[in-house]
Amino acid sequence: MSLLLIVLLPFLGALLPALMIRAGRTACATTTFSFSLIALALLLSHSSAVLNGEVVHASWEWLPGLGLNANFMLDGLGFFFAGLILGIGLLIIVYARFYLAKDDPMGSFYAYLLLFQGAMLGIVLSDNILLLLVFWELTSLSSFLLIGYWKHLPEGRQGARMALTVTGAGGLAMIAGMLILGEIAGSYDLSEILLAREAIQASPLYLPALVLILIGCFTKSAQFPFHFWLPQAMAAPTPVSAYLHSATMVKAGLFLMARMWPVLAGTPEWFYIVATTGLVTMLLGAVIALFKDDLKGLLAFSTVSHLGLVTMLLGFGTPLAAVAAVFHILNHAIFKAALFMNAGIVDHETGTRHIPHLGGLLQVMPITATLAMVAAASMAGLPPLNGFLSKEMMLHEAVSTAWLGSDWVVAAMATLAACFSVAYALRYVGHVFFGRTRSELPHTPHDPPLGMWLPPALLVVLVVLIGLFPDPVAGPLVASVSRVVTGGEVMDYHLALWHGFTPALGLSAIAVVCGFFMLKAYPRVRAIWAAGPHPEARLMFRSTISFAVELAQAITQGLHNGALPRYLAFMIATALLLGISAFIGGSHEAGQRPLLEANLATVMVWLMLVGGCLTVLLHHHERIVGLIAVGIVGLVVSVAFVYLSAPDLALTQISVEVVTVVLMLLALNFLPKDTPRESSGARRLRDGSLAVASGLGIGGLAWAVLTRDFETLSGYYLEQSVPGGGGTNVVNVILVDFRGFDTFGEIIVLGIAALTIYALLDGVMRGAVQRKLVAWVPDQARSADRHPMMLVVATRVGLPLALVVGVFIFLRGHNVPGGGFIAGLLVAIALIVQYMASGFSWAAQRMKIDYHGLIGSGVLVAALTGLGAWVAGYPFLTSTVWHLSLPLLGEVHVASAMFFDTGVFLVVVGATMLALANLSRIARRAEYLPVNAEPMDIDPSLQSHSGQG
Amino acid sequence: MEFLLASAIGVMTATGVYLLLRARTFPVVLGLALLSYATNVFLFAMGRLAVNRPPVVDALARGYTDPLPQALVLTAIVISFGMTAVLVVMSLRSFIESGDDGVDVLVQPTEDELGGSAPRTAASSAREASQ
Repeated sequence: MSLLLIVLLPFLGALLPALMIRAGRTACATTTFSFSLIALALLLSHSSAVLNGEVVHASWEWLPGLGLNANFMLDGLGFFFAGLILGIGLLIIVYARFYLAKDDPMGSFYAYLLLFQGAMLGIVLSDNILLLLVFWELTSLSSFLLIGYWKHLPEGRQGARMALTVTGAGGLAMIAGMLILGEIAGSYDLSEILLAREAIQASPLYLPALVLILIGCFTKSAQFPFHFWLPQAMAAPTPVSAYLHSATMVKAGLFLMARMWPVLAGTPEWFYIVATTGLVTMLLGAVIALFKDDLKGLLAFSTVSHLGLVTMLLGFGTPLAAVAAVFHILNHAIFKAALFMNAGIVDHETGTRHIPHLGGLLQVMPITATLAMVAAASMAGLPPLNGFLSKEMMLHEAVSTAWLGSDWVVAAMATLAACFSVAYALRYVGHVFFGRTRSELPHTPHDPPLGMWLPPALLVVLVVLIGLFPDPVAGPLVASVSRVVTGGEVMDYHLALWHGFTPALGLSAIAVVCGFFMLKAYPRVRAIWAAGPHPEARLMFRSTISFAVELAQAITQGLHNGALPRYLAFMIATALLLGISAFIGGSHEAGQRPLLEANLATVMVWLMLVGGCLTVLLHHHERIVGLIAVGIVGLVVSVAFVYLSAPDLALTQISVEVVTVVLMLLALNFLPKDTPRESSGARRLRDGSLAVASGLGIGGLAWAVLTRDFETLSGYYLEQSVPGGGGTNVVNVILVDFRGFDTFGEIIVLGIAALTIYALLDGVMRGAVQRKLVAWVPDQARSADRHPMMLVVATRVGLPLALVVGVFIFLRGHNVPGGGFIAGLLVAIALIVQYMASGFSWAAQRMKIDYHGLIGSGVLVAALTGLGAWVAGYPFLTSTVWHLSLPLLGEVHVASAMFFDTGVFLVVVGATMLALANLSRIARRAEYLPVNAEPMDIDPSLQSHSGQG
Repeated sequence: MEFLLASAIGVMTATGVYLLLRARTFPVVLGLALLSYATNVFLFAMGRLAVNRPPVVDALARGYTDPLPQALVLTAIVISFGMTAVLVVMSLRSFIESGDDGVDVLVQPTEDELGGSAPRTAASSAREASQ
């Protein structure tokens, strides 16, 4: 349990800083601090078990069907990284409290920081690679927020974007790699995968999986050629750089390589990819670092170089190199975090990080200078500090490693890199704290408050302690981590300051001497550097991105330039191509199902349908003709449903048909009545071919299906309809009971469609559009008899009858054809006819129903019916049947699904009426004439009084 | 019978697609309506055809047709009505606003045009060229 809590605490804590900031900056920092502190205490409570080699597990099933479980484990490696994340995190929280300015939003800073901390802890404690990927992406996102924290700085935004793009792209590659790995191993749980070394390395998919996973690791850990995002991310506030870019995020890639080391390492592929990348990165980073004028830029490239060093050691694939890698991860995190905080202090107190503007700070900032000197000496690898120890181990491994048959290349390059690293470390100290004192600094420098120098000071104490007493201080930790990384191999090594006169010591000495002289001749060395080529990875990245954007725009413009026909033509053509390719690949024998006889009536109906379609095709330019022909086709379809044993469909289709035609007529009132003939012959040929091909395809497919037998799962519904659903009309029972959840979703969609229509039409009633509407002149002659007496009388007499029919259709729906959908449409038709016959204002005065409310209450009734099942302890929408004996009516069965159907009914009525009534409303607004005020133009009851009329 | 139904689906699809590719809103709406008929009947046909076998449980029935595609198609009819209605109203609104019922927007709206009554003649004249 406590394992889950360690990961969850930062996430829970992330909610608080934004609230606590109202209580002041210190309260905010204290809250953040205490969450991390509790997590660290929980972690340390496992320390004795973990250092003894035990593994703590905690697991919860999350999505077991996908192999994704919330499995966590705590072994030496996880413990080590979690300790770094939380320990350095605590120091950063204190440091940031004093570093951030008054007007920086500190609440969001701590919230992002805790989010990031939780994501990192998730990575290092996950025992499931899918879960690990989730946390991996979370670190990319939260680091994006942190790097771009100073939103007003363009460099901050660009740096954040670049970091997100590079690490996010790497993360995508890694997802693919991890999926392959999980498929090979047969499990997504790390503990299982770590046992499957032989199977993984023997698999033909080993290399693709390895490359994809390594792309993820290399992008995250800023390895060449993906190193360029890290220096750009230096636009972040210094606490972020100190945390993300020294101790945590950039180490995530190293962590994963170490985690996967037992299964992936040891092959030539691993050696040449990982070790070479590491070596190149180490050398390149060290060289560039020497010539960076920005303090943080120098440290950033130095970090790139040290990350390369660890990568190279992991790439060597030998257990001893792995130990060295682990030890250097620890040492680098400590001295680099101290140095970043130190650079932050210099920046904070002097107002600049530009090295040529700085100098002689030793006199004014003695504490800062002392801390810088010790930490930088460790970075340079000088004895007796911790950086020296792991660098010695690295050189020792480099000497004994052959690369493509030559056994000196690695050692030479490593020594060269070490030499540059001595030079830039000395430059950090020499050019900032020694030399000429500058008077033109933006601020008058002095040592910072305790809260800012104490965190790095604690780290510097560790630098010295580990350097002097490596085995007592770090020995057990390194041993337990190394056991995990190497998969439990027993190794003969010991951490010590003095190993005697070894080749590594000699190389180390050469590096120190060369580095010292290089700095001494710095102006000359720099001139040589300046004369060489400087490919800017940042610019290449930018041009790659803009190329991708232009390409995407060109493709989008080509496919979808704003002309709907072109876009649809591409879609239809693509669908056709897919269908044709499937058709060519399939079998083509005829179906065996016995066919139904066609009689004269069916052929006649078929002829009507084809005739209707042809009329639409030939006469759609006269829109009213086209509309009528479409109506005919719709009627034929409903007749077909009647004939083919689908009475419910027929009823729905015919009522929808009526409503649709009314709706289109109302719209056509305003639209042009004719479509101009503007398509060229070529256009018509293209569209005609697409249409014919689509028709042949769909028709052929329907024919192929209809002539073949099939198996259906409908037997269940037919059997269960009466006992389970309490109704004999199986279609209705399926709608309101078995698949009630679908129906629930559908009435919501219908409601949303109606509200969209309302919003679109309501906008016509105001502003400039309304003036256009009022100024509109009908393009057709208007009948003098706008409210024909016969129609008015017939609809009014018919209304109660129609409503009764609606209720009847609704009530019988559960057992014979009918139901909420059909009843709703019928009632809507009965009501809309009143608008048509007597005019909008007459009808609106008498129908004071709020159609919005009708839709809302319908959805609510349906939802409450569903929720009612919860009260009885059943799943959502489980139905029940009551048997009541009522006086006069006798035994009555009431299914709870009927209430659900009531909801459907209300939504259908509300939605249909909302659409149609609003269309009538704008028609009235456009053609307001006094005649509309009266329900009938010729009222017989008045006529007898006025005589002439 | 099966042939009649399959060919009817084909004819409705072809007509619907042809209208869908027209350059004005109203034919597109009509085309969409026809295409929904075709799709609904096609879905319905997945349950195969049967005459006089409605899926209403009855002791005297000689058999039932497949009720499941019917239930799916019933809601599909209502939803396609909702979508057709939205499209009709959208075309109406765009016609009232712009005075043009074309289905292509080739001119990017500028600040001025967003303000109100921009002439759409450029769009109309460029229509033929673009498709």
